[in-house]
Amino acid sequence: MSLMRDVVIALVPAVICSFVFYGWREILLMLVSVASCVCLEWAVTKYMLKQPSTIGDLSAVVTGILLGLNLPYSTPLWVVFIGAVVAICVAKLTFGGIGQNIWNPALAGRVFLLVSFPTYMTTWGAPQGVVDAVSGPTPLGAIQEGLMQGASVQDIMAEHGYSYASMLFANLGGSAGEVCALALLAGFVYLCVRKVIKPWITLSIFATVAVTALIFWGINPARFTDPLFNLLSGGLILGACFMATDYVTSPMSTWGGVVFGIGIGFLTMMIRYFGSYPEGVSFAILIMNSVVPLLNMWFKQKKFGRK
Amino acid sequence: MIKIIIWTIAVVTVMGLVLALVLYLVAERFKVEEDPRIDLVEKAMPGANCGGCGFAGCRAFAESAVKAPNLDNHFCPVGGNDTMKNVAAILGYEVKAKAPEVAVVRCNGTCTARPRVNNYDGYPSCKVKAALYSGDTGCAFGCLGCGDCVAACQFGALSMDPETGLPVVDEEKCTGCGACSKACPKHIIELRPKGPRGMRVFVSCVNKDKGPVAKKACLNACIGCGICVKTCTHEAIVMENNIAYIDASKCKLCRECEAMCPTGAIHGVGFPKPLDKDAVKERIKKRKEAANE
Amino acid sequence: MSKHTFSIGGVHPHDSKISRECAIEKLPLAPTVYIQLSQHIGAPAKPVVAVGDKVKVGQVIAEPGGFVSAFIHSSVSGTVKSIAPRADLAGNPQMCIEITVEGDDWADGIDTSDTLITAIPEDNKAIIEKIRLGGVVGLGGATFPTHVKLSPPPGSKCDRVIINGCECEPYLTSDFRTLLEKGEQVVIGAAILKQVMGNVPCTIAIEENKPEAIAHINEVIGKLGYKGIDVMSMKMRYPQGGEKQLIDAVMHRQVGSGALPISVGAVVQNVATALAVYDAVQKNKPIVDNSVTVTGECFPHQANLLVRVGTPLRYIIDYLGGVPENAVKVISGGPMMGRAVANLDAATLKGTGALLFLTAEQTLRAPETNCIRCGKCADACPMGLEPFLLNRLAKADKLEDLEKNAVQDCIECGCCLYSCPAHIPLLDNIRMAKGAVLGAIRARAAAKK
Repeated sequence: MSLMRDVVIALVPAVICSFVFYGWREILLMLVSVASCVCLEWAVTKYMLKQPSTIGDLSAVVTGILLGLNLPYSTPLWVVFIGAVVAICVAKLTFGGIGQNIWNPALAGRVFLLVSFPTYMTTWGAPQGVVDAVSGPTPLGAIQEGLMQGASVQDIMAEHGYSYASMLFANLGGSAGEVCALALLAGFVYLCVRKVIKPWITLSIFATVAVTALIFWGINPARFTDPLFNLLSGGLILGACFMATDYVTSPMSTWGGVVFGIGIGFLTMMIRYFGSYPEGVSFAILIMNSVVPLLNMWFKQKKFGRK
Repeated sequence: MIKIIIWTIAVVTVMGLVLALVLYLVAERFKVEEDPRIDLVEKAMPGANCGGCGFAGCRAFAESAVKAPNLDNHFCPVGGNDTMKNVAAILGYEVKAKAPEVAVVRCNGTCTARPRVNNYDGYPSCKVKAALYSGDTGCAFGCLGCGDCVAACQFGALSMDPETGLPVVDEEKCTGCGACSKACPKHIIELRPKGPRGMRVFVSCVNKDKGPVAKKACLNACIGCGICVKTCTHEAIVMENNIAYIDASKCKLCRECEAMCPTGAIHGVGFPKPLDKDAVKERIKKRKEAANE
Repeated sequence: MSKHTFSIGGVHPHDSKISRECAIEKLPLAPTVYIQLSQHIGAPAKPVVAVGDKVKVGQVIAEPGGFVSAFIHSSVSGTVKSIAPRADLAGNPQMCIEITVEGDDWADGIDTSDTLITAIPEDNKAIIEKIRLGGVVGLGGATFPTHVKLSPPPGSKCDRVIINGCECEPYLTSDFRTLLEKGEQVVIGAAILKQVMGNVPCTIAIEENKPEAIAHINEVIGKLGYKGIDVMSMKMRYPQGGEKQLIDAVMHRQVGSGALPISVGAVVQNVATALAVYDAVQKNKPIVDNSVTVTGECFPHQANLLVRVGTPLRYIIDYLGGVPENAVKVISGGPMMGRAVANLDAATLKGTGALLFLTAEQTLRAPETNCIRCGKCADACPMGLEPFLLNRLAKADKLEDLEKNAVQDCIECGCCLYSCPAHIPLLDNIRMAKGAVLGAIRARAAAKK
C-alpha cells in the first residue's frame, strides 16, 4: 500500500543512522527483525488462516523496522525473533490482521520483551560503532539511578556530560530509535508533507510532555528533569512520530487525536517521574490504544448542516 | 511450611463456600419468574436460531408459542413436523402436519443459454447489482450470480455452480427456512412444497418480458405462449405478465405441461424416470381424440 | 487561487478537461428518436399523442403526470411509430415514444432565430407558467421540474439565486462551452430567475479552471447592464458543484439534514437550466435538445454536441467514429457520479450531459483489502460523515446506528471511494444503507400520520 511505502521511506534516515552508530550488529538485527515479521505474516496468513498473504501491503516491514529500532543492538537474535512472533502473530493476526488490531504491534512486541527479558533489554551499548556491549544506562536510566542514590538531576547530568546538543545528534547510549532525533524528525516532516499522517497527535504529545515537565521541573528542579531533556530523551520522538500515529490504533478525528496525544504525554511523564521504569512512552501508548474506541465514539467530526 | 499450606487451603475453601452462598442467595433474590414450559419447548427446538419461523431465534419462538392460544402461526421449518409434534405435546395443543418445503431456484438462464452483454465490475453482491442496473445479460429479471443466497444460507445448502452460473440447492441440507428467498433481490428463489417423495414440477423462469424479447435474451425462457395452461387438465397453471406459474397445491405431477413446453422452461424434479416427451404427447393426443368423439 | 470553497471535505481529482476547445456543434438528426416518458423527478409524464400521429419539433407529446412532473415535447418532426417499453441505459424497461424523423418542422409560436431578446416580461406568474409549459427541468443532472423549484411553499424566502457553472466533474465541458458561446442567453436566463424569486442578488459561480468563461460572463453582464448579478470564481475542488456544497461556499450557510436549499434562502440552478429558461421564456422554445460532451483519453474525436432529446447513444457514438478498441466502459455523465451504460441502444434524456469512454487501466476495480482506519474517507467526505463506520454498519445491517451516524445525509458523490487506499467499495454499501434508512424514516413518518 502506498501509505505504508511512505512510512518505510520516512524511517530510512533513522535506520541508516542506527547502522552508522552501531555497526554491522545492528544491520543484522534489523534484517532479522524485518525478515521474521514478513515471514511470520506470510506463513500464518497462507497456511493457518488460508487466505491470500497480506505481506504486499508492507505493514509487516514497517512493524519489523519499528521493532528493530526499539531494541538495543546487542539483543540476541532469538529474542528479536520472539519479539516478532508476539508483534505479528499475537498482537496483529489473532485480532484479524491489519486494520483489526487494538494495540500497536511493534510496541506490544517490545513491551513483551522488556518484561520477559529485562537484562537483554536494558543492556545498552554506547554508539560510535563500539561493538562490545558496554553495560551503560540511557540518559533516563542514569537519571533514575542517580535519583535513587540521592543525587540531584543537575549533578547527574554534569557527571555524565549530557548536553542537549549531544542528545539531538545522538552520542549517547540507547536503543537505535532513541538516538538520532534529527533523523526521526526528518522522517516525520516527510510524512506530514506527503499528507500520510496529520501532525496533531505528535504535536499534542510534545506539547503535553513539555507542559507537564515544565510544571514539575518548575516546582523541584533537583528532582524532576526539565522539558527539553524530556523531549529529546528516550523513545519519545520515535513513539510520538511513528508509533502513536499508526492508523489502525489511533483515533480518527482531529480532537480525538489531540486528546489521545494529551493522554500519552501525561502518562509518559508520570511513569518517568514516579514510576519504576525509566521510560514510559511504550506503556503510555499501549494504554491509550485501549481507549481509542471510546475516543472514536466521543469525538466525531462535525457533520454538514448539523449543530 | 505445612502451616502455610494448611492455612492456604483453609482460607480458599472458606472463601469458596462464602462466595457460593452469596451467589446462591443473589440468584434466588433476583430470579426472573418464567413459565417453565418455555425452557421445555426451547429444548425441543433444533436450536439453529435461523429465524425461518419468523421469530428472533428458538427461544423467542418458545416464548411466543407458550403465550399463544394455539399453534396456528407457529411452524419450525427446520425441525419440521416432528418438532412441532413434540412442542404440541408439551403445550397440550393440536398441530396439523405441514407439507415440508424446499427452496426452488426458478431460473435456468445458464451461461450458455443466456449470454452476457456486458461485464459487471462492481461490488459482488446481488443486492447492490440489482439496485444498479438490470444485470449483465439481456434478461432484466434473471439470476445475477453474485451469490447473496449462498451467503444467506446458514445450513450450507446452497452453492454456485461455476458452469451454469446459477445457485444449486442441496435438498438434503435445505430446511425450508426461507433465508435465501428473502436474500434474493429478484425473487427468483421460492419455497415450494417438497412434494410426495420429493417430486415437483415448476416453471423455471421469472421473466415478465414479451415472448420474443425473453427468447432473445435467454434460450430457456418462458415465452408466455400459454400452451401449458391449455394442456393442464387440473387448472394448476396461470399465465400472468407473460409468465406461467404452477400452483403446487393443484399440481398432480402428471408432467404433461413439461412435455408440451416449447422452450423447456418447465422442470420436473425428483422423478424416478426421465420424462418421455413423445409418450406423453401421444397420451395427450389420444385423450383429445377421445374427447372429440 | 480562489478561496471560495465549501468548508468540509472534498477531493482534488485531475480535471481532465481535454474537450474544452471543442465548440458545440449540432449533431445531424438521427433517423428515429425514442423519448422516455420518465425523464425527471416525480411522476412520469402521460402521452397525449397516439401511434400514427404526425408531430412537429416542440409539440407537446406528454403532459405532467402529477404536481411534481413535467411536460415532454417532441424533439423532432415526424410520425409517432410506437409507445412501448424500451430498455434504458441500465437495461430496465421504460415507456418510450418512438418517432420516425421526417424533416425538421418546428411547431408554431417558437422563435428559432438567433436574435437576442433582452427585455424580460414583468409578470412573474406568466414566467413560471412559460417555464412549466416549456418542460424545463434541472439540467445539472437531478432533473427536478424547475417550475416547482421556483414556487417554494408559502413562508419561505429566497435570499439569493446561484447559477451553478462549476462543472466540477472531470472531463465534462458542455457547461463551459455554453458559458462561452451562449453567455448572453445564460445571463438573461439568470436575470429572469433572479426576478422571479423576488429581485434577489444573483451569483454565477464558475470554477477557477475556466478563466475564459469568468472573463466572458463578466463582460456580458457589463454589456447587458443587469444589476445585482455577479460572478464568483470558485476554488477547483470536487464536489464544488454539489448543491449543498455550493450554497455553503457562496453564502456560508449549510442546508440542514433532510431540508431543501430554500430553507436557507437559496435557489440553485445549473447553467444549462438558465439557458433553457431563456429559451422557454424569451423564445417559447421548450427543451428539445441539450449539449453532450463526448470525451475520454482513448476517444479520438472529442466533441461537444447539441443533441436532440431521445437520440440513440449508438448513433452519437457512430457519428464520431465508433467505440474505441481499448474502451471498456462507457459512462453517461462524469467519472465520479455518472452511470455506466449497460445498453448502447438506449437514447439520450434531457439530463444526459456527457458520454465518457474509459480504458481498463483507468477504471477496473482493484482487489479489496482490509480497512486500516486511515480516515482518508472521513477527511474527504463533504458532508462530514464517517464512511468507514457507515460501511461497517451497512454490512451488519444496523439501521438504527446508521441513522444516528447520518447515512441519509450522504450525497453519493464518491469522494470516499475515490480516496480509499484499500480500494474498499464504500459507496456501494452506503448507498444500499441509505435507501434502507430513508425507507424506514418514510415509514415512520407515514405511521405518525
